[in-house]
This record gives sequence, C-alpha cells and structure tokens, in this order.
Amino acid sequence: MDAESLLLSLELASGSGQGLSPDRRASLLTSLLLVKRDYRYSRVLFWGRILGLVTDYYIAQGLIEDQLAPRKTLYSLNCMEWSLLPPATEEMVEQTSVVKGRFMGDPSHEYEHVDLQKVNDGDKVFEEEIVVRIKEETRLVSIIDQIDKAVAVIPRGALFKTPFGPVHVNRTFEGLSMSEAKKLSSYFHFREPVELKNKTLLEKADLDPSLDFMDSLENDIPKGNSLLLRGHWICPQAKAVGHAPTIFLCKWNQGPGWEMVVWCESLRVGLPQGPIQVSAHSKQSVNVYRQKEGLSSMCFWRQEVSQCLF
Amino acid sequence: MGDPQQDPELSYQQSARQRSSQDQGRSREQSLSQATVPQETQQLPLDAQVLSGITETPESQAPLQGWAQGAGLSQYDNSAVSQGGVQYLSMSAGFPADFQRQTYVDEGRVQATHNADFMLQQLQRGQGNLLQQLESSFQDPRPNYLGQFNAYQREDSQFGQGTQHGPYTRDDPALQFSSSELSFMPFDMEVSEPEPRELAVQNAKAYLQQTSVSCDLSLYEHLVNVLTKILNQRPQDPLSILESLNRTAQMEWFHPKLDTLRDDPEMQPTYEMAEKQKALFVRGGSGEGEQEVEEEPLETAVPNVMESAFYFEQAGVGLSSDESFRIFLALKQLVDQQPIHTCRFWGKILGLSRSYLVAEVEFREGEEDVEEEEVVEELTEGDVLDMHGEEEGEEDEEKVSDFLPKRTWKPPPVIPKEESRLGANKYLYFVCNEPGRPWTKLPHVTPSQIVQARKIKKFFTGHLDAPVISYPPFPGNEANYLRAQIARISAATHISPLGFYQFGEEEGDEEEEGGAGRDSFEENPDFEGIAVLELVDSMANWVHHTQHILPQGRCTWVNPLQKKEEEEELGEEEEKADEGMEEVEQEIGPPLLTPLSEDAEIMHMSPWTSRLSCSLCPQYSVAIVRSNLWPGAYTYATGKKFENIYIGWGHKYSPENFNPPLPAPIQQEYPSGPEIMEMSDPTVEEEQALKAAQEQALVAAEEEEEDEEEDEDEDQDD
Repeated sequence: MDAESLLLSLELASGSGQGLSPDRRASLLTSLLLVKRDYRYSRVLFWGRILGLVTDYYIAQGLIEDQLAPRKTLYSLNCMEWSLLPPATEEMVEQTSVVKGRFMGDPSHEYEHVDLQKVNDGDKVFEEEIVVRIKEETRLVSIIDQIDKAVAVIPRGALFKTPFGPVHVNRTFEGLSMSEAKKLSSYFHFREPVELKNKTLLEKADLDPSLDFMDSLENDIPKGNSLLLRGHWICPQAKAVGHAPTIFLCKWNQGPGWEMVVWCESLRVGLPQGPIQVSAHSKQSVNVYRQKEGLSSMCFWRQEVSQCLF
Repeated sequence: MGDPQQDPELSYQQSARQRSSQDQGRSREQSLSQATVPQETQQLPLDAQVLSGITETPESQAPLQGWAQGAGLSQYDNSAVSQGGVQYLSMSAGFPADFQRQTYVDEGRVQATHNADFMLQQLQRGQGNLLQQLESSFQDPRPNYLGQFNAYQREDSQFGQGTQHGPYTRDDPALQFSSSELSFMPFDMEVSEPEPRELAVQNAKAYLQQTSVSCDLSLYEHLVNVLTKILNQRPQDPLSILESLNRTAQMEWFHPKLDTLRDDPEMQPTYEMAEKQKALFVRGGSGEGEQEVEEEPLETAVPNVMESAFYFEQAGVGLSSDESFRIFLALKQLVDQQPIHTCRFWGKILGLSRSYLVAEVEFREGEEDVEEEEVVEELTEGDVLDMHGEEEGEEDEEKVSDFLPKRTWKPPPVIPKEESRLGANKYLYFVCNEPGRPWTKLPHVTPSQIVQARKIKKFFTGHLDAPVISYPPFPGNEANYLRAQIARISAATHISPLGFYQFGEEEGDEEEEGGAGRDSFEENPDFEGIAVLELVDSMANWVHHTQHILPQGRCTWVNPLQKKEEEEELGEEEEKADEGMEEVEQEIGPPLLTPLSEDAEIMHMSPWTSRLSCSLCPQYSVAIVRSNLWPGAYTYATGKKFENIYIGWGHKYSPENFNPPLPAPIQQEYPSGPEIMEMSDPTVEEEQALKAAQEQALVAAEEEEEDEEEDEDEDQDD
C-alpha cells in the first residue's frame, strides 16, 4: 500500500484481521516519509509485515519513476530504522528453499541445514554431511521476492505503459466497475511479464499495449475453482526411462501450499507400478514421491509443471 | 444542455445567422429576401417565448444538435432545408426541448431522403451558409451575453459587419469566391456542370472525411463533434479547454450513452447489504425501548465488543472499529432473538467467497437447545454395507452356485458424541456471513468429525451447506467442518491469566473418573490481576481454560468397547469380533487450567509468542499472546480483563507443507501360489523326453513286476 495513503489502505484491508497498532502506524507515517526523502524514491510502498517468533519484520519498498523497474526493499524491526536488503537472486531462492518453519525475527540468525552430498573418492562413493548455514536475512530477501512474484497484484488500468517504455501510475484510474472487478482477467501480476511472451498472436490481438503489458491472473495455475483436472504430463523421471506416464490430477486445494495427489499409471512394464504422489511444496517446487521406494524425492520447478500440464 | 443556456444561444445564433446572411453581401440582399424574411419574422416571437421562460428549442439550434448525433450528410442537408424553407418551425413549436430535438432530427432524416434531389442541389448554398454560421459563432467574442442584450447584439452585429468580414475570406477556400457567385448559387437550380468551387469543397470535405485504419472516426466528424459541443455548452473560455474538449469528445464518441431515457439499473450487492444493515441501527420498539433504558440499564449478555476491539487494536490485530461496531449490533440482535445467557464474539473465519463471524453463546438454564435430533443416522458405513450385502445375498439365493464371499471387516465402534454443555459441546456457536444477515446455529460436533478434521486441510467457501470433498472423507458438510475447527481452535487457544478462573469446590472429585480431570471452573472473585510485564515474561502465568480434546475426538474419554445395553442385545457375532480386539488404552490429556509453559513444542519452536503492545511506553500497554500453532489466534490481558479472538483461515500451522495421506495399499485379491501361477508350455523335445522317460519307467516297472512275479514264483517254488 502506498505510504501516503497508508491509513486508508489499512482501513480497507482490516477485514482480514491484520492491522497495525496505533504506535506502529504513527511511526510508519513518520519514518517512511524520511525514507522517501533519503533514498530519493518517487513512491514508497508499505509492503507488509512478516511475523517472527521474537520480533516482526516490517517491509517497505521504494519505487522509482518507472513502476516496473526493480524495486528496492527495506526492512525494519521497530518501524523507525530501515535497512536496505540486497536484490534477490536465483541462487538465493534455491538456497533458502530448504529452510522451513517460522522466522525468528533476528536477521543475523543462522539456520543450519544438513545436506547430503555424494563424494567420489577414488572408487568409493560415500555420502558426506555438509552443514549449510543460511542467514535469515537471505531468507527474508528470497521470501519477499517469491511473494512479490506470486501474489503482488494490481487492477487493470492502474498503471500504463508510455510509448517510450517506462510504466507510470495512471492518474485517471478510477477503479474497476462492479462487473469488471469480479473478473480475474482485470487484475495483473505486478511484475515483469513472464507468460505474456508465450501468448499467441491471436491471443494478443485484443490486448491494449498501453494497458495489457503484464500477466493477467486469468491464466494462473491452479485455476480459481476447478477441482478436477486431467492432463498428460511428462515427468523427468519417466523421460529418462523413455516413455510418458499418464497422470491424473485427482485433487488439489488452492491457497498457500497448494497440493495435489497424482496417480501415475505407466504404459509399459518397467516403471515401478503404483501410486506416485506429487505434492507441490510452496509455489515453487514440486516433489514427486514414489511410494515403493519410500520417500525418494525429486524436485523440479514449477515452471516446468505449468508448461507440461496441458 | 441546460435550459438556462438557451437564452443567449438563441439570441446569439439568430443574430449570427442574420449577420452571416448579411456578410454574404449586400448585393444579394434583395434576392435573399426569400430566405431571410421568414427568419426575421420568426425571431421576434421566439425571443419573446424564451424570455417568458418557455423552454423551446430554437430552430437554429436543432439542426446543430441533429448534426452532433449523426454528423452525416443527411443532417447536413437537413440544415440546408431549415435554412431555406423554415417548414419545421411550425411543427416543432410547443414541444419540450428533448422531444422536439429528436422528432426534429427524425423528420429531418425522413425529409432528407424524400427530398434527396432537392438537397443535392441545395447543398452548396446550405454548406456555404452553415460554414459561415459556425465560424462566425465560434469567433464571436460575445457568447455569454444574456438574452436581455438581444437588441443590442443585433445592432452591434449590423454595425460591425465590415470588420467581421475578414476571417472568412482568409481561411475558407470556399469563400475565396466572389460574393456574387455565392449569391447566385442558391437560385441556380439547374446547375449541370460542377463548378470549381463545388469541386474544391467536395475535395476538402473528402479529405477531412478520410478515416484511418485504426479508427473509424474521421477528422471531419470529430471537428463537428467538438464544435457542436462547444456551441451547445458555451464554456467560458473555449480556447483554453480545447485540449480537454478534444479528448472528451473523442471519448464520448467511443462510449455512447445508449439510452438517456432511463438510468442503468444498478443492482449492486452493496446496496442490498446496506439495506439489511440498516435494520441493525434502528432501535427496537421505538418509544418503549427508551423508557426501559431510563428505568434500569438491564444487564445484558451482549459483550462489549468495542472495548476488546480497542485492546486488540493496540496489539495490531482485529477488525476496524466500524466493522466491530456492526458486529456488536449483530450480536445484540442475536441476543434479542435467542434465549442467551452468555455471549462472546469468538472471531472470524475467512472463507474463499465469504467469511464467517462466529458467536459463542450459552443458553439460559433450562432453555435446552431443541436439537433437531438428527435421528441417530449413525447407520454407519458398516451397517449400510451389511444391508447391501444382505440384498445381494437374497439375489444370490436363486443361483446358489456362486455366492459372494461375506465381508469380514467390521466398522470400528462409533464413539458417542458429547452431551451439550459438556466438553467440546460446552458452548453453542452461531455464525453469520455479514453483520445484519441472519445467524445460523451450528450443529454439535461429533468425535469422528474432529478426528477426520485433523487429517484434512480445506479452505472454507463461506457457504454452510457446501460439501467437504476430501480424502479421507469428512463426515458432514462445511457446517460440520466449521464446527469441528472451532472446537479444535477453542481447545488449543483459549487461555486466561493464571488465577482468573478456579475450580469449583468439591464437584471435581466425583467427575474425576473420566481421567481428564475436573471439567468445570468458576471465576475467581479474589483475582487481583497479574502485572503486564509478568504476563509477557512467563508463559506460566497463562492457563488453558478449555478442555483438551483427546485423540479420540472427545474431551472425556469413553471406552469404545464398552457397550450400551441396546448394543449388547445385538447378535453374538459382533461380540465375538470384539473379543478379538485388544484392550484399548485410555487416552489422557492435560487437565484443565494447565499453564501454557507445559505445552508441547512444535519443531523446536515455542507454541506461543508474547509481546507488549507498545514497547515505547510499557506502563500503559497490554500483554499480547499470539498462538504460533493456530495463526490468527490472539489474546490480550490487562488488569482483570482478558479476551481471546481468532481471525484467520481456520488452518493449523504445520512446519511441513500439508500432504494428504496416500491411498491405502491395494488389497490382495487371492494368495499367490504355484497352483495359480501360469507355467510355460513344454517344448517338443521336452515332451518327447518326458514321453521317453515315461515309457522307460513303464518298461522298468513291467520288468520289476515280472521280476517280482518271478520272485514270487520262486518263493512259491520255495
């Protein structure tokens, strides 16, 4: 929410039970103003709060004139002193995906993760335990990035793209009409478009280049209210063996940590028979468990899933 | 356009026309008299009408408006018609402005088609006049003069006609021609060859009427729209707002308001909601209510929602104050409708399409909730299956040869649900989606529902009758699931400062058999309150005041193998089957009023987080406890006050992401052994070898027999 209209936005969002105490609100109004001045942002957004066991993180983001340009993220523990976070990298996201559980509220806290690595020592192959230390600050960066990419959403028309490229706030935007507000297609992911490039020319024909320059929510997976889906899906494991199993998506629930159960029927003998369970851990990775081998897991990215699904 | 604007417009346009006709040259004054005379005669009565307040659209304005709507050739001609013979004036007089305008346009169109030939010939004249009209009116600096100045304007225009002559000749190519030609044109009905002037006009018009590929609107039409708009609305300073006029005119063209007679019906659900909530704000019983209040402020069961909302706001949770107030009114409504002894705002459970507001109530003594006695539909799956089996059995009697095997599986015994006012069913819960909507009572929870609810994770939809599709299957619909989650959340997160509640005297010992300890408590009158800092520092200063729910799904343990008398009368088979089961171990949970410090850790993580509401001024802040196990559950305490609230999705926190249990392993159909294994067919060689071997064996046997016989013979011989 925009720092300038923070109070109004908080009021509108209060139905979820999440709010800010009066002292937090007051200090945010003061300190975000200073942040805007000191960092020379054109716009400061109050991003939200990440609950920690000991203390909570308050997150703000600074935007420059181009609204889609990479954003600077700041965090604060007391709503007064803000520290800049480094930009998220692929590596960070991968590294921190192993960390589970609650945030502590201490950016210097280190999570320990024991990783098993196979080491070739001459002819012998043995597994070595490697302790990976992950700083909570790194995890914070990657979580914010993931949340931004997955659920940062703006209504259609709130931003417009100028002919020269930069994206600006549309001052004439007056909100969506009732019928439009109910449609998923009138909301966009507030990030660099990813799936727009994959659209066919026919699909792009109706788009207004100055408004429809981001990914619409319409095509997100899983679909809003579909409970049952079927599709063919080539998982890397099967590819290695040399044929495609048919996979029936039997169930999924939507929301954080969406999950689905998948039964796999191999077409030929040779693949281990029996149910294979696929559960989508977070929105990022998908783990495939084969029941026969216990929990031998395999990880691949959601990108592949969405491409393979239909 | 507004009526008041018509006055200056009328007068002005008339004067403008007059002027324009005069501009065309004095030389043709006489020849033009045919056209101008009707106007002159018409002016005076029209002015009089307008001045006397009758809303009447002047004849000169009507064609302009018709033009704005279509901007086509027909209107164009139309104006020419109106210019030449003023036959419409008489028809349109006396109509209200709106109607008149429309009829006029229609008639104009009709007329245009009828008189097409005539029009074509008159086009030039009309166009010339009209262009002049438009330009003269646009450049005239006196659009705002009021109607009173009519006379003055007329004089003025006549007076200053010489000076106004300039622009036309300079800008308009059409007017580069001499005025004598112009004056000649209208009366030259039989023009056969295209005049150069006509050609020039047509070329210019054609150029302006070009439309681009991306847009249907031509510059010509657009200019017409803009000018019409300016002329209709008479803005103060048209030049300065030309830019925006330009844009709005274009926008309006693309978003036509289709029907101006009726407003679009707006059936917004928000209006409906506001209408429903209006009832909350009306005081019941009008006059009576006031008197009551004056007499004695009755003690009411309605909780002070606003107060706790204030404290929760200090903690940074809770709903906005106006929503809290609406909830407060809704609870008041609930208390008025039901025989309620105590009432509490339990919290809010968010759903996908709607949310639930939950009220926790206790009925007055004796007002036992008349349960809809869902007549023991505890025809469990097993029974159903058994019945099914019997039916099949009957069918099979006809063909006895292949009967189905009887199933040996018995459903586990059903654990009876707890009585109301006991255990998980201690309170009744009412839910509604929005303050103002009717409250619905949730059914009591059964142990099996709690057990199954622990295994699944579903989002609420906001519709109580929605089915809960899950694996393993959940017995009931969303209302049951909601009730089960409420029971689980209450049991886990309802806490109070140590000492606020105490056990009632003596009763406890009798009921101790259940193993769950005493299950009733009362408020401690001597409770002094615990300092806020102590509450924050030590979780030992907080206790659970809701009973723990055992793995069985009940708060007090019941031996599922103990049978009620009725059940014992049932067939012996069941008993036999039960004997086979091993003794069930009694489940024991922590007793009531256990300190939070003894709660189990989840993944090396404390299940509770306690805070001061404001670190800057600890003296005046309140103690906040947040549950880490049920995100969304909060408690505040200050002095003798405390309150629990839950606002969330109704999901328990799990460090690992939720994985539904795998389907049960596939059952073996029959024991696999050598007798059902398929053998590979023997080859010819093998068969022959076997044959040979058999023959050999036969021969050998014969020989042996012979030998034996011989032996016997020998024996006999012996």
